[in-house]
Amino acid sequence: MAPLSFDLQLLNGCAALLLLLSFSMLSQRRIVNLVNLLALQGALLCAATLLVAVRTGQGHLYLSAVLTLALKVVGLPLLLHRLIRRLNVYWDAEPVINASGTMLIGLLIVVFAFGLAQPISALASTATRSTLGIAIAVILLAFLTMITRRKAMSQVVAFLSMENGLFFGAMSATYGMPMVVELGVALDVLVAMLVLGVFFFQIREQFDSLDLHHLESLKETE
Amino acid sequence: MELLLLLGAPVAGALVLWLAGARRSAPELNVLFSAATFGAACWLTARVISGGPMLLWREQFLIDPFNVFLVTLTALVGLTTALFSRPYMRVEAEHGRVSGGRLRLYHSMYQLFTATMLVALTTNNLGLLWVAMEAATLSTVLLVTLYRTPASLEAGWKYFILCGVGIAQALFGTMLIYFAAERVLGAEGVTALLWTHLDAVKGQLEPTVLSLAFVFLLVGYGTKVGLAPLHNWLPDAHAEGPTPISAVLSGLLLNVAIYAVVRCKVLVEGSLRSMLPSQMMMGFGLVSVLLAALFLWRQRDIKRLFAYSSIEHMGIVTFAFGMGGPVANFAALLHMTVHSLTKSAIFFAVGHAAQKAGSQLIENIRGLVTISPTIGWGLMLGSLAILGLPPFGVFASEFLILTTAMKQQPWATPLLLTALGIAFAAIFGKVQPMVFGDTQARRLPHPPALLPVFVHLGLVLMLGLYVPPYLAGWYRDAARLIGGP
Repeated sequence: MAPLSFDLQLLNGCAALLLLLSFSMLSQRRIVNLVNLLALQGALLCAATLLVAVRTGQGHLYLSAVLTLALKVVGLPLLLHRLIRRLNVYWDAEPVINASGTMLIGLLIVVFAFGLAQPISALASTATRSTLGIAIAVILLAFLTMITRRKAMSQVVAFLSMENGLFFGAMSATYGMPMVVELGVALDVLVAMLVLGVFFFQIREQFDSLDLHHLESLKETE
Repeated sequence: MELLLLLGAPVAGALVLWLAGARRSAPELNVLFSAATFGAACWLTARVISGGPMLLWREQFLIDPFNVFLVTLTALVGLTTALFSRPYMRVEAEHGRVSGGRLRLYHSMYQLFTATMLVALTTNNLGLLWVAMEAATLSTVLLVTLYRTPASLEAGWKYFILCGVGIAQALFGTMLIYFAAERVLGAEGVTALLWTHLDAVKGQLEPTVLSLAFVFLLVGYGTKVGLAPLHNWLPDAHAEGPTPISAVLSGLLLNVAIYAVVRCKVLVEGSLRSMLPSQMMMGFGLVSVLLAALFLWRQRDIKRLFAYSSIEHMGIVTFAFGMGGPVANFAALLHMTVHSLTKSAIFFAVGHAAQKAGSQLIENIRGLVTISPTIGWGLMLGSLAILGLPPFGVFASEFLILTTAMKQQPWATPLLLTALGIAFAAIFGKVQPMVFGDTQARRLPHPPALLPVFVHLGLVLMLGLYVPPYLAGWYRDAARLIGGP
C-alpha cells in the first residue's frame, strides 16, 4: 500500500478526532461542555472540508466550509450557551444507561458502522472514502446519545452532532452535496434552532424545568 | 409564471400576515392569500391540461401527472381550511385559548406551511424536496404548541424530535442517491439530484447503494407519513394542535410525505429490478393498518381517533403503492385524493363539535344532530365516507385496492379486510352516540363554517361515482410512471 499523502493523513486525523469527540459527548454530563464539544466537532468538520477543498479545488466546498464555520462553530454554540444561561440548565440528569454500558454499546456501533460503510466505500472514487465509516459511526453515536439523555438540551446537542456526521459523510462520499441543497440544509438547521429556542422557553414557562420526564404523559395506556 | 404565483402567493401571505400582526382582518387576509394560491394552482392545472407536463426554472421544478393533482388538492384544502379556521379561531380567541400574538404566528405559519408543501410537491430536485419537507415540520411545530398546554408542548417536542431524527435519515438516503448518481451523471453535481435525470438513468445506478438508500429514505419520510412503528408523534400532534392544523397535517402533509417516498421508490425499483422496495412498503403499510385499527378501539379523544384513522389510511396507500402495477397505483392515487378531502372535512366537523361541547373527549360530545343538524350530519356522512361505504370515493379506491390485493397478494387480503372491519366497528360505534345521543349543550356565538365540509364531501361523492376524464388520465399516467410489477 502506497504511503498516504500529507493532507490525507491530516484528514484521517480529523476523522479520528471526530469519532473521539462523539465518544466524549456520549459520556459528558455537563451541558456547557457538551456544547463546547459540539463546537469543536464543528471546527474539525470545517477543517476537514477545507482540506478537501484545497485538495480537489472545488469552489463550493470553500463556501461550505465558511458556512460550517459561521453556523456550527460560532452561531449555534453561542445560541446554545445563551439558552443555557437564560434557562439555567447546566447538568444533565443521570443517563438512562450508565456510562460504561453506553461506551460498550458505542463500541459495537462503530464496528457496525464500518460494516455498513464497506460496500459504499468500495464503490466510491473519492480519496476520502475511507472516512465514510467514521461518518456513519458519528451519526449512530449521536443517535445513541440522544436516546440515553433526559434533558431536552442534551438531546438537541446530540441532534446537531448527528447533522455534523451527515455533512462529514456527504463530504467523504461525494465531496459534498450540491450548493442549493447545502444552503437549504443550513437554513433549515438555523431555523430549527430558533424554533427550539422559542420552544424551550415555552416548556420552561409551563413546567419550570427542561427535564423530559414531564413530557411523558401522552401515552397509549389507560 | 404560474409557478411563481403559486409559490409566491403563500410566501407573500406569510410575510404580510406577520407584518399585519393581530388585526381583526387577519383571518380574511389568510383566506385571500389561500384563494390566490388556489387560483394559481387552477391556472397551472389548466396549463398542464392543455400543454402537458413541464420542466421549469432550469429544470429545478417539475409538473407532471403525478404531482399536478396533488398541487391542486393541496391548494384547495388549504383554501377550505382557511375558510374553516376563520370562525374557528375567532371562537378560540374569545374562549381565551389564544392571544393576538399567537394568532399572528398562526396565520403567518399557516401560509408558510402551505408554501413548503407546494415546494416539496413541485420540485424536481431531491435535495430541495428534503429541505422543503424539513421546513414543513419546522413551520408546524410552533402551531402544534399554539395552546401552550403541557400536553401540546409534549406533542410538539415529540413531533420535532421524532420527525427531525427521521428526516435526518432521509437526508442520508438522499446523499446515498446522489453518491450513486454522481458516478453515472458526472461529478459536476448539477443534474445528479434532479429526478427527471435520475429517472432516465435509473437502470445504471448502483443497486447496493440504492437499496441502502431506500431503507433510509423509507424510514425517514415514513416517519412523516406516520407509518407504524414510527407513528408515535402523529396522534399527539393531531390531537393537541388547533383543529385547522390537524386538518392540514392529516389531509395534506401525510400526502406530501408519501409522495416523497413514492418518488424515491420509482428510482430505487428501476435500479434494483427486485421486489425489495415493494415488499418493504407492503410490510410497513400492512403493519400500520393493523396497528392503527387496534388502537382505534382504545381512543377516548375524538381527534386522536381520527388521527389513528389517518395512520390506517396511509397504511392502505403505502400497501397499495407497494403492490404496484397500474390498478393498484391508480387506486392508491385516488385514495390519497379522497382520504385527504374526507379527513379534512371530518376534522372541520369535529372541530366545531368539540368547540360546542367544550371538550375533545368522545363521552362529552353528545347529540350533535339535535343542537346542530349540519355539524351532526357532516360528521356522520364524513365518518361513513372514511369508513368506505358506497357511494363515496373511499369505497371505490378501497374496493380497487382489495381486489388487486386478491389477485397479486392474496395472503394480505384477509388481514386488510379484518383491519377495515375492526376500524369500521370502532369508529362507527364511537361516532354514532356523538351524533344521535342526548344533550343539553347551547348554540355557539359564531355560525360554524360548514360550507367546506359539504364541498369536500360532495367532491368525495362525485369521485365515487364519476372521475373526470383528465383526472383519470393523470392517475393512469402517474400509475404508469410509478410502475411496479
